[in-house]
Amino acid sequence: MAADAHAAHPPTATGLDTWKLGFWTFLGSETLFFGSFIATYMIYAGRNVEGPLPHEVLDIPLTTISTFVLLMSSLAMVLALNAVQRGSRKGSLIWLMVTALMGLLFLGFQAYEFTHFYHVGLTLSTNLFGSSFFILTGFHGAHVSIGVIWLLILWFQTHAGRIGPSDALKVEIAGLYWHFVDIVWIVIFTLIYLLQEPG
Amino acid sequence: MATVEAHTPVAEREPRSGLWDWLTTIDHKKIGILYGAAALIFFVLGGFEALLIRWQLAQPEAAVLDPDLYNQLFTMHGVTMVFLVGMPIAVAFFNYIVPLQIGARDVAFPRLNAFSFWVFLFGGLFMYSSFFIGAAPDGGWFGYANLSSRQFSPGPNMDFYALGLQILGIGSIAGGVNFITTIVNLRAPGMKLMRMPLFTWMAFVTSFIIVTALPVLAVALFMLTFDRFWDTNFFNVAAGGDPILWQHLFWLFGHPEVYILILPAFGIASDVIPTFSRKPLFGYAIMVFSGALIGFISWGVWSHHMFTTGLGPIADSFFTISTMIIAIPTGVKIFNWLATMWGGKIQFTTSMLFAVAMVALFTIGGISGIMHSASPADLQQHDTYFVVAHFHYVLIGGLLMGVFSGLYYWFPKVSGRFMSETLGKWHFWAFVIGFNLTFFPMHWVGLLGMPRRVYTYAEELGLGDLNLFMSVSALLMAVGTLILAWNLLWSWKKGREAGPNPWGAATLEWATTSPPPEFNFAELPDIRSRNPLWDHPEDYDAAVYTEPAGGVHMPNPSFWPLITAAGASGTLMLFMADIWWLPLIGVAVTAIATVNWAFEPAG
Repeated sequence: MAADAHAAHPPTATGLDTWKLGFWTFLGSETLFFGSFIATYMIYAGRNVEGPLPHEVLDIPLTTISTFVLLMSSLAMVLALNAVQRGSRKGSLIWLMVTALMGLLFLGFQAYEFTHFYHVGLTLSTNLFGSSFFILTGFHGAHVSIGVIWLLILWFQTHAGRIGPSDALKVEIAGLYWHFVDIVWIVIFTLIYLLQEPG
Repeated sequence: MATVEAHTPVAEREPRSGLWDWLTTIDHKKIGILYGAAALIFFVLGGFEALLIRWQLAQPEAAVLDPDLYNQLFTMHGVTMVFLVGMPIAVAFFNYIVPLQIGARDVAFPRLNAFSFWVFLFGGLFMYSSFFIGAAPDGGWFGYANLSSRQFSPGPNMDFYALGLQILGIGSIAGGVNFITTIVNLRAPGMKLMRMPLFTWMAFVTSFIIVTALPVLAVALFMLTFDRFWDTNFFNVAAGGDPILWQHLFWLFGHPEVYILILPAFGIASDVIPTFSRKPLFGYAIMVFSGALIGFISWGVWSHHMFTTGLGPIADSFFTISTMIIAIPTGVKIFNWLATMWGGKIQFTTSMLFAVAMVALFTIGGISGIMHSASPADLQQHDTYFVVAHFHYVLIGGLLMGVFSGLYYWFPKVSGRFMSETLGKWHFWAFVIGFNLTFFPMHWVGLLGMPRRVYTYAEELGLGDLNLFMSVSALLMAVGTLILAWNLLWSWKKGREAGPNPWGAATLEWATTSPPPEFNFAELPDIRSRNPLWDHPEDYDAAVYTEPAGGVHMPNPSFWPLITAAGASGTLMLFMADIWWLPLIGVAVTAIATVNWAFEPAG
């Protein structure tokens, strides 16, 4: 669809693709969205009046693994786009699926982490840490979920033979989204897990 | 490239009209009309709320409204005028005019554009539905936490606020993305950035502010919603939460929002004043850059809304200085409008009258703004009617005068007919005189100590006579508005016919017919200057709007934007029921509609 609509338009004023430009603009908006949640987390760090506190519950080794999985999924995304551009249907299917599965695995780690926190008594309403942690990582997780669904739709499209090298833009835009969500996680991981406040 | 096919010429197609056409349209011109019509209806509602407020305040210790209803009315008046009138009416002009001014066939994402409109409409209707259960938002348009938290606002009132604004924000961000992309990418050959009309430039700057400011509001609203429904602690003082955080986030959005509201009006005046002065805009480049500078600095002034919260001398000084600095590019604009008129052959059409009134009245609002940019002075003025006077001079004197000017200016382009100048002048004088008599005395009652947002005042204050005077004057604005409504309806059918360029204006929207064909332009010559219709009139003949024999390819209408908008806004509305799985229905509708939208051939 994107390619058809694209082809029907005259060349753009800047030579930039309209879909890509629009999507970058949207990502700019998303930056402010996550930025505000991250700022909230940082402002509230160390202000809890009761536990559990970050250093009591955060599991850095475990989250390092899930972070590694998510970062590697960005590599798989690059390989998926490359395969689509080369016209390798097999490669496209493999790497799109690998990216989606790694995203799912990351979500699995997050689900485990959330459940674990619940069992040790940390919920949305326990303290400031609970509120600001769950809302930030929760919205990030929701973004990853949407990305996984998007990738799976692309996988089915490729499987049905509807995505070839001329549709690489569709995969590229999904990739922009995926890398963006990944980069946000790098910030979250650094701020929440690696530089955790004692309070 | 797509293969070149013959298309049914637009002129030979089945004429599209009727409800189904409006529900599925993705034509930027029709969407512009929809935005404009909806915003004008909300304007009447918001004005009606204002009249009720003035009725209550006409006498000291009156009992026209009870305090609870009074709170709902001033809150909904503010919310309406900012989110349901100010923003959408600007977007109505963006929609109709920007693609025409840059020589484009439509916006970059026509279906997303329709989606934006429907989300806006559903959000507005949702917020107004709160009146039917007697629980409209009642915590002010700024919804300060923790007064808006469940503990202090137990009813559903502020749920309507938090969820309703969230819905409206979705549509605004989508619109901002659309217009940035349109203006960057869809300019006709030769339409360089520094040849764009000032209105398009201000639409561009405004769109940047929208995509950066609205997500901050979204986050604040999410935190408020979570606090209200799921007992999070963001603004819960007992758990260490800080209500000042709400104020920071709200005004980080809220002050850029002020410029979202005013910059489009600046753009309109910058197009109208040269046309009716018969002179090119004075200092084009500095007008563009001062507009962009206002956009940037708008991000660094928010805490001047919070001087009384005790941020400390360093923060107060910083925001005092930054607020004074933002007055500089604004002042530049005012002097450039004056210099544009200077020595021109001025025609005082109704449109020009409103543009000139905007320059004068906005300046008054700007000057009182500088008065309370000084934090020590602000401590005296904060929460008094002085502030009410200030921002009504900015928003009515600035935004609304600009909007009225734009209405009279572009109405012939939209309808093919002039609005009545006689009725226009009656509208102008009734509204402008009524406005000044209503709001200028508010400076005095404010400095004399009358607090805002309080449903009544003691007789001993001695402010009864002035208040009665203001309330009666407000009726004059209502009369002006009725004249405008009559003028719009009458002129739509019976106005004098207007040609392609009835005002002899210089910019591209006047090169095509009035109203323009669905495809706007058949063929455009390379644009060679900022004022193409003045500098190269020979370039623009009937070939610009005559459809070629093969027809012009236009995208198909679609109902998926409407369904997606219903799903997305429905998701947020269903949170009201506080049943955890209910919003999932909305999510499912959104998901299905989005996928169908994505796989629908664009035509």
